[in-house]
Amino acid sequence: MNILEVQGIRKIYDKDKMPVHALNGIDLNFEQGEFASIVGPSGSGKTTLLNIIGGLDDPTEGYVMIDGVNISTLSGSKKTEFRMKNIGFVFQSFNLIPVLTVKENIEFVMFLQGIPKEAREKRTKELINSVGLNDKTNIRPSKLSGGQQQRVAVARALASRPRFILADEPTANLDSKSTDNLLDIMEKLNKEENITFIFSTHDARVVKRARRIITIEDGKVISDERVNGER
Amino acid sequence: MRSIVVIIAITLGVFAGIFIMAFANGMVEERIKAIITTEISHIQIHRPGFKDNNDFSLRIDNANSIIPLIEKTKNVAAVSKRLVISSLAASAETNTGVKILGIIPEEQKNVSNLHTKIIDGKYFEGVEKNPVVIGQKLAEKLKVSVHKKIIITVQDIHTNIISGAFRVAGIYKTDNDLFDEANIFVRYDDLANLTGLKGTEAHEIAILLNKNENTDKVKEQLKNELPDLEVKDWMEISPEAGYLVSAMDQYMAVIIIIILLALCFGIINTMLMVVLERVHELGMLIAIGMSKLKVFGMVMLETVYLSVTGGIIGIASGFIICKHLEKVGLDLYFWKDVYSSFGYSSFIYPVVNLRLIVFTGIMVILMGIISAIYPAFKALKLNPAEATRAE
Repeated sequence: MNILEVQGIRKIYDKDKMPVHALNGIDLNFEQGEFASIVGPSGSGKTTLLNIIGGLDDPTEGYVMIDGVNISTLSGSKKTEFRMKNIGFVFQSFNLIPVLTVKENIEFVMFLQGIPKEAREKRTKELINSVGLNDKTNIRPSKLSGGQQQRVAVARALASRPRFILADEPTANLDSKSTDNLLDIMEKLNKEENITFIFSTHDARVVKRARRIITIEDGKVISDERVNGER
Repeated sequence: MRSIVVIIAITLGVFAGIFIMAFANGMVEERIKAIITTEISHIQIHRPGFKDNNDFSLRIDNANSIIPLIEKTKNVAAVSKRLVISSLAASAETNTGVKILGIIPEEQKNVSNLHTKIIDGKYFEGVEKNPVVIGQKLAEKLKVSVHKKIIITVQDIHTNIISGAFRVAGIYKTDNDLFDEANIFVRYDDLANLTGLKGTEAHEIAILLNKNENTDKVKEQLKNELPDLEVKDWMEISPEAGYLVSAMDQYMAVIIIIILLALCFGIINTMLMVVLERVHELGMLIAIGMSKLKVFGMVMLETVYLSVTGGIIGIASGFIICKHLEKVGLDLYFWKDVYSSFGYSSFIYPVVNLRLIVFTGIMVILMGIISAIYPAFKALKLNPAEATRAE
């Protein structure tokens, strides 16, 4: 069953003066537990697509349905609330809150949701353990390596038990060892907890690990392959 | 670092405001104290119309029988009668118009501290016949010193112009050059003899109270008891002093508002920079699920915290320093002449007014809130998709 449906998505920037067609009719469906990467050259529309799927931006045409909810029609505040509960984000530049510790960064989303302290702390402990940062719990992000920061970002994205995680070039600022570590963790979470991961990436190492490769170019899907015989 | 700079700016601004207020209050209080204890006393009684032009004929004929009645009134500390005549004072060098006050020196000591202001000579001692005490400014103008003679020309009870020779027994100096130049003091009996008066009359009865706060009460009581006479308090006799008191709070409030407005623009500028520099972070917060209202609130709170922190430190430091100066005083001797030309002492004891401190505190909070609105509004307008991509 599809948890995510993307139908007829078009995105045109600056419609009135010099229109830029970032997306030209994207149709995609995602099931629970997918480990998919969206690849394409720079300017192909990968990040735009991810932003629209995540509700950070609105399409000019088309809609996004997540678990039967058309998020494109939600109001700003409702969209934010939906995002908080259902979608996890991992950004290229980690985007951790610099004045909070690892533990506090992970807890933050649950704090926004109003989850009681005990439950928050329990979940945070689980997540820190699953990303292998037990000895860094009370450290601030500035004292962590790039790879460690990105692992914190993954843990934060998982904190609210989202339907899926959107990762926009998550390995772009990491060395090869950190990349491998991060991908190991994400694959483990994908397999063990059936969490859906959707990446946008240039990184061949990420593409190699993906079980579904969606290629877009000039705002259109030009191929959609499932590897290992899956379709 | 930026936050520290903002806090320091607010601290300094608020401190400056508190200090200016306390300084101005201190100046006003010293001036009022001088008006009451040296120049006017708390209450004066005259014949109706006397204060309009100091008409010699408008005398309180039964002053001697009224004074014991006044002395018995509750809250009255001392009473003294005076003759008050506009006259001409002349020396060998020059002459000038003055107000001559015929006083009973020992009685006058109870209602006025003039005797403590003598800087040369003595207070009605050292000269047997017709001693006069004059101000330093007048002495300089007439070019006279102690034991020198001056001629005083007045009108007597028959409206004849007569003159009398008086010898300077003492020279006084108050903080009010205008007062020093305009007022000379002779013995009541000497002036009464010169002008042909009996010795029971007075142009003015000066009353000193035990507390300034009792002025209205005593004034009303005396008005009822002496319906044929004009009973006025120091604010009515010296209206400019009255205006000073009532207007000072408004002046100070305006000054505080101006200081805070200037700070407000500085804070708006700083917080705008904060929002613009944190576009990426704010976009991320919205992306992970922080509502725009919470982002708005976050920026508002940050600004208010900065303002309140600076405000508290500014108010506290202003209060402590002004309280200390209230005890030891601030000597602006290098501007002594300037101050005395306006009637003010150059030795100021700043007075902290709790009401204005509370007002400042409230204004600081309001300033923080108002300063925060525009930057917080800018944060509201962020597009999370663009913000997360921003450098």
